[in-house]
Amino acid sequence: MHNKTIAELSQGLQQKQFSSFELTEHFLNRIQQHNDKLNAFVTVTGELALAQAKGADARIASGQSNALTGVPIAQKDIFCTQGVRTSCGSKMLDNFIAPYNATVVEHFNKTGAVMLGKLNMDEFAMGSSNETSYYGPVKNPWDLGTVPGGSSGGSAAAVASRIAPGATGTDTGGSIRQPAAFCGITGLKPTYGLVSRWGMIAFASSLDQGGPMARTAEDCALMLQTMAGFDEKDSTSVNRPVDDFSATLNNSLAGLRIGLPKEFFGEGLDPEIAKLIHQAIAEYEKLGATVKEISLPNMNLSAPAYYVVAPAECSSNLARFDGVRYGYRCENPKDLHDLYTRSRGEGFGAEVKRRILIGTYVLSAGYYDAYYLKAQKIRRLISDDFKQAFQEVDVLMGPTSPSVAFRFGEKSADPIAMYLSDIYTIALNLAGLPGMSIPVGFSKNLPVGMQIIGNYFSESHLLNVAHQYQQVTDWHHKAPAEFCDEKR
Amino acid sequence: MSLSTKEVNKIAWLGRIAIDDDKIEAYARDLSGILDFVEQMSVLDTSTVTPMAHPMDQTQRLRPDHVTEENQRGLFQANAPLVDAGLYLVPKVIE
Repeated sequence: MHNKTIAELSQGLQQKQFSSFELTEHFLNRIQQHNDKLNAFVTVTGELALAQAKGADARIASGQSNALTGVPIAQKDIFCTQGVRTSCGSKMLDNFIAPYNATVVEHFNKTGAVMLGKLNMDEFAMGSSNETSYYGPVKNPWDLGTVPGGSSGGSAAAVASRIAPGATGTDTGGSIRQPAAFCGITGLKPTYGLVSRWGMIAFASSLDQGGPMARTAEDCALMLQTMAGFDEKDSTSVNRPVDDFSATLNNSLAGLRIGLPKEFFGEGLDPEIAKLIHQAIAEYEKLGATVKEISLPNMNLSAPAYYVVAPAECSSNLARFDGVRYGYRCENPKDLHDLYTRSRGEGFGAEVKRRILIGTYVLSAGYYDAYYLKAQKIRRLISDDFKQAFQEVDVLMGPTSPSVAFRFGEKSADPIAMYLSDIYTIALNLAGLPGMSIPVGFSKNLPVGMQIIGNYFSESHLLNVAHQYQQVTDWHHKAPAEFCDEKR
Repeated sequence: MSLSTKEVNKIAWLGRIAIDDDKIEAYARDLSGILDFVEQMSVLDTSTVTPMAHPMDQTQRLRPDHVTEENQRGLFQANAPLVDAGLYLVPKVIE
């Protein structure tokens, strides 16, 4: 059962080939069998899942089900789940039981999906390798000595190892797309404002966006349908009708205009990855697409601008963790200042502290214009580059990451080297654009992801473009042998 | 851009983060490296560019001034490290 996609599981449930209870038990068994090796789940909610499954079976029996009713999924531990620990990968929130559900979690509950548990992640979503988690790193199911990517590493590893059919992720600078690429799955970072951020623990509020991670574009469409939509509780949620993301999956790609940003193929890109991306583009040409080189001239400044904007917003968002109202509190504080500084010093890990300090510095008196304002101006230029590109082409394609999954410890001592693994994904967050990563082959026996970038609110088109490729290739069906015994 | 250990201590104080003395130099080195990296922004003249606050230039929405949330003090304080009679307890501020 674990080799079936969400779409196939949904069909099996509707046709009563198996019950949600059986399906949920099957995945809980798989989690028990494999999670010790992977460290993908930080909390497994077995009892809750089985209770939800029983409810879903009753709904299916009464004919009141939706596509995801009874389908088990897992939540990144950044989404608040009422009555269930929501740690955000941090010692700071190790004891935090969320008093309410995130809007995204509410949406899944309403549709009758089953929650298997909460997934490991880089601390407060700050990291590209999952090595910053308080609960230890997640392992990449394709090679347990390599990182799964981050920050949604637990989500990517769980889906790739087939211990969960689908998972939620969040993407502030590439945290859905880069781990999807490293683990050989499909992930979508929606347009800023499409998916509610309410109850999603904030890192950089002008960049954060939740999205689906699954094996196929078809599955991502089903999940996004549940996740997307206006939410008055999120002041940056965009109020517009939501597309039917599955309706256009089978549209022809004849005449599709693909742009290849030359800045994505320059120095620093692994030549084997470049070759695989060009092979995937050739498939698109066979499907009727035309290809054209374009330029995003300010692309090289996206990482520097990002590492001002993201830490600045992080330092202000994480000011709420004070050791007073919730979260970690140090032992025997001698005064209030000691309570604040030691609770934060002991509760946050090294990378989170680095970013808070950088953010504090760039926002401090006298530096605001030189850093934050400058970065917001560069953000405008990057966004204008994309606007220009989308006058000429329909989608942009390029690598998701300059390398395949790297080894543990390889980049953790050098913050800048780690930051550069998101070099191709960051610009989209700065511009607020949607993007996907889909598997397009293997290099050094590790998965390679291709990024597809679309204009604002073009998710249904992106999913269509990804789905058509997945109809003529089978990279998305490859599974790591160690975790996949059953033939498809 | 090179930050001194004194500057790191000042930033840490502003950000209310305690850093062990033996780690200050490592932070100074890492933070200086990051500031050097972001310094690349200065190659571009942006004097005529309008800063971008929202990808779709959307402004904050207003809602009618009605009460929408009820008081859930007990529920929220269940997560607090130390409370008494509905109040959060902290070390004494005024002697």
